[in-house]
Amino acid sequence: MDVTVIVINAIAIISFLIALLKDKEKAKKSLLIAGKSFIRILPMMFIIIIVIGLLLGFVPPEEISKFIGNQSGIVGVLLVGVVGAIMHIPALLSFPLAASLLEGGASVTAVAAFITTLTMIGVVTLPLEIKELGKKMALLRNGISFVIAIIIAFIMGTIL
Amino acid sequence: MKRQEKQKDERKAKKGIIRDLIILGIILAVTVVLLIEFPDRREPVIATSWDFFLEMILILPAVMVLLGLFAVFVPKNMVVKYLGKTSGIKGIFLAILIGALPTGPLYIAFPIAATLLKKGARISNVILFLSAWACIKIPQEMVELQFLGLQFMITRLILTVIFVIIMALIIEWIMKWSENKGGVKNAV
Repeated sequence: MDVTVIVINAIAIISFLIALLKDKEKAKKSLLIAGKSFIRILPMMFIIIIVIGLLLGFVPPEEISKFIGNQSGIVGVLLVGVVGAIMHIPALLSFPLAASLLEGGASVTAVAAFITTLTMIGVVTLPLEIKELGKKMALLRNGISFVIAIIIAFIMGTIL
Repeated sequence: MKRQEKQKDERKAKKGIIRDLIILGIILAVTVVLLIEFPDRREPVIATSWDFFLEMILILPAVMVLLGLFAVFVPKNMVVKYLGKTSGIKGIFLAILIGALPTGPLYIAFPIAATLLKKGARISNVILFLSAWACIKIPQEMVELQFLGLQFMITRLILTVIFVIIMALIIEWIMKWSENKGGVKNAV
């Protein structure tokens, strides 16, 4: 088992024990919420896991890297950026997907663009954002987020 | 009022889970057909999926426990209380820090951000808070560390913080500038 897994689980267990000492009822309630959100995310987790299996099992790395690899250039990066902005999956699940793309021949730039637009921009939640914050602010935030996501991606591709 | 909202949320969650299960069913069916058609692909597909399943199942419960703890122990009005008035460098760091606490999906943050704006918080701080909420969340960083490694995670985190601050200032500047242009009436 690797270090990350141990550290994350240790933090969770210690935090829970502290919570238990502070307030038993609240700790129980938070465990209930944890269980509920875990069940809620499970179907999507299996979907992502199967898609990753199919992706790496069927699509040859040359194909992946042709579209979003090092030689694909800015068009490939913009493409995954747009896909990330539109896709509506929990951010937690975007990381295994990104790792599989990287494994399958995608460039660091493309993967960084994908994660960054996926987490920062929500095309699906945009109507709600406009309702709460107004058209100007919501559009500015999503639009400029896309631009900085692409800039971040290219810097990552250059230094990593 | 609150109970109604809760019921609405639960109904929404149920709808979402049913939709996910339907998609899962379709993908499973497609996968079975594909693996029957291409027996030589069975091994790589199943081995890859299994590897990723193990990696996820070892950390997801822990991440969920942390999410649950924060949802219960960190009161929602804390955000408004702390972010309402602070400004300057302190405001910038506080906005990012509070946004980064693990407390649910982005759509929860929009009404909080709207309240902040109404209470007179700086536009740049509200944008920072929203962006941190979206992409600098602590549980997300943990999962990113697990799947993409320390170097990738840290580099992206630092770059994101820098550019999000720049973006927040630009948006604030544009909002103010267009307000002034809109006439003295709006400015006052």
